[in-house]
Amino acid sequence: MAQIFAYISYKDGVADDAALELATVAKKIDAGADVNAIVVGSGVDAVCNEMAASYKEVWKIDKDTVAYPNAEIIRGMLVNALPKDAIVLMAHDTFSMDLGPGLSIKMDSPYVPDVVGIDGVDGSTLKTVRQEFGGQVSTHVNCDIASGAVITVRPGSFEADESKSAGGSVVDKTADAGDVSVKRTFLEVVEAEAGDVDITKSDVLVSIGRGIEEEENIEVAQELADAMGAVVSCSRPIVDAKWLEKSRQVGTSGQTVKPNVYMAMGISGSFQHLGGIKGGFIIAVNKNPKAPIFQVADIGVVADILEVMPALTEKIQEG
Amino acid sequence: MEILVCVKRVPDTEENEICLNGAGNDIECEDLVYSVNEWDNYAVEEAIQIVDRVGGSVTVVTVGDEDAEEVLRREMAMGAEKGILATDDAFEGSDGKGLATILKGVAEKGNYDLIMTGAQADDGAAQVGGMLAALMDLPYASLVNLIEVVDDKKLKVGREIEGGNQEMSEIELPCVLSIQTGINEPRYVGIRGIRKVASVEIPAMGAGDLGVDAGAVGAAGAIVKRADYFVPEMGEGAEMIEGSTEEIVEKLVEILKAKGGIK
Ligand SMILES: Cc1cc2nc3c(=O)[nH]c(=O)nc-3n(C[C@H](O)[C@H](O)[C@H](O)COP(=O)(O)OP(=O)(O)OC[C@H]3O[C@@H](n4cnc5c(N)ncnc54)[C@H](O)[C@@H]3O)c2cc1C
Ligand SMILES: Nc1ncnc2c1ncn2[C@@H]1O[C@H](COP(=O)(O)O)[C@@H](O)[C@H]1O
Repeated sequence: MAQIFAYISYKDGVADDAALELATVAKKIDAGADVNAIVVGSGVDAVCNEMAASYKEVWKIDKDTVAYPNAEIIRGMLVNALPKDAIVLMAHDTFSMDLGPGLSIKMDSPYVPDVVGIDGVDGSTLKTVRQEFGGQVSTHVNCDIASGAVITVRPGSFEADESKSAGGSVVDKTADAGDVSVKRTFLEVVEAEAGDVDITKSDVLVSIGRGIEEEENIEVAQELADAMGAVVSCSRPIVDAKWLEKSRQVGTSGQTVKPNVYMAMGISGSFQHLGGIKGGFIIAVNKNPKAPIFQVADIGVVADILEVMPALTEKIQEG
Repeated sequence: MEILVCVKRVPDTEENEICLNGAGNDIECEDLVYSVNEWDNYAVEEAIQIVDRVGGSVTVVTVGDEDAEEVLRREMAMGAEKGILATDDAFEGSDGKGLATILKGVAEKGNYDLIMTGAQADDGAAQVGGMLAALMDLPYASLVNLIEVVDDKKLKVGREIEGGNQEMSEIELPCVLSIQTGINEPRYVGIRGIRKVASVEIPAMGAGDLGVDAGAVGAAGAIVKRADYFVPEMGEGAEMIEGSTEEIVEKLVEILKAKGGIK
């Protein structure tokens, strides 16, 4: 089988959590394989050394031009440096969404995005599990990986491989990556604005999703939150509609929260939303009994939130 | 600016639960309500706003069967000038690369400065835009939530990255952008608006018209294949509370008190 490479993303010199999850995925694809990692950036020795404990060879591409990970440049470098039939694993995040599809075209290999399970390999056919419709249904997706593949893996779907027994070495591939010129120039990162409330500081959140239906109904949630001594947070569509400010959004592109109690009201439970909830007792109210949120909630109620919320407020006020 | 926006007709998950068929291997399509992919609406709105500012025109394209024409009309009612329906039996069962190959054929029939897609569609793949850009050798940026036209050669774009931070870049035209929700507030279209464009001619183009090799697309050309649909075994799952609203609320108060949810 072709060589497997895990693409390692990192922040402030420390590899992302997904880095060791990719090692687990690699073993599921080929238990006997020597799995390699690839690290691209500027001044990446610390990350490379960290990864050598978990990967056989750590390929390093160290260059000023990628001090910020511009996916367009990195795509060109990977095409230059990697073997044509490489199987490239990445975490499914905003960086791989930028890089992965184009990389697969340039490497002429299949692209399998946002994989949540590996069902084994049959000959050279890889069987993966994906989700569609925001997690309402799953699918088996198969592809031939004999001539390589680009596969992105949903963070948190696989256990991290903590064995750290690879005893690997770092190999400098900067020269192979070559000079890549692109038509997209990175300027700066603008940090998200802080809002008037900090939902990350609240122990109890009443979080509303598209099930709130109308802007006027937000008051109903606010009244419940007031009665409970909680703060109102929300899913992304509520922010997209400009009903609440961005700082109240829970999820991968919003805030990460860790309350004691999280009330998910009319939220379906997409993985991008759940990615922002790092613990706490989850109570979900949703009118769809099959909503994915019920798979992760502690307590579930199949009901209309517009009935449950006012009744609950009243009950609490009664004392 | 000449802008092409790719739009997809998808089952509307707000209007229906997605269920499996009797055999349990495919989704039940009978009673599904369809609409345009949420992300694509934002892309069309953005295209219209750009044209309002700097001039030009917006063309919308979809790859699908004749039923897909309705989403083109909806987007034309928003303000897109032209629609193209890419349709051919040979297109059925295309994977992401197949779709991108067909859309490349469409794009090359015109002379577009900017091509937009949604960030992702119902299957959550988020792939077609990036593949299209790579096939056409155009620069690409995904998850775009801000566009400023600098001049007729470049744009300043913001990409939404983790934590809601925004990665700013300059990108040369022509280029491909995938659009993230929240970039604007898509305008409302009523029945009236759709009626207005009901009789506008929408050309249908097949593999031959587009110069697309029929064997490279559709089920024949697909290298990534969905074998089936299934509903996974639920793990532990939530403890479900049932009863009248009164009973539910009573139980919830009890639980909230025990868990420190009421102060
Ligand atoms: C790159 C990227 C980043 C993203 N980041 C985030 C993020 O940070 N946070 C986030 O939340 N999303 C994020 N998303 C969007 C995410 O994919 C989902 O689209 C979103 O989370 C859905 O929000 P929702 O659950 O409120 O809406 P829906 O999925 O539409 O669910 C609404 C739910 O409400 C239920 N409902 C409707 N009416 C009622 C009622 N009266 N009573 C009870 N229940 C009712 C329905 O059954 C349904 O389950 C991101 C997407 C992308 C592509
Ligand atoms: N059949 C299609 N016709 C036109 N555009 C499509 C089609 N499928 C996907 N797209 C475009 O590609 C984007 C991303 O879809 P996907 O890669 O399937 O998640 C969508 O938002 C559309 O803009």
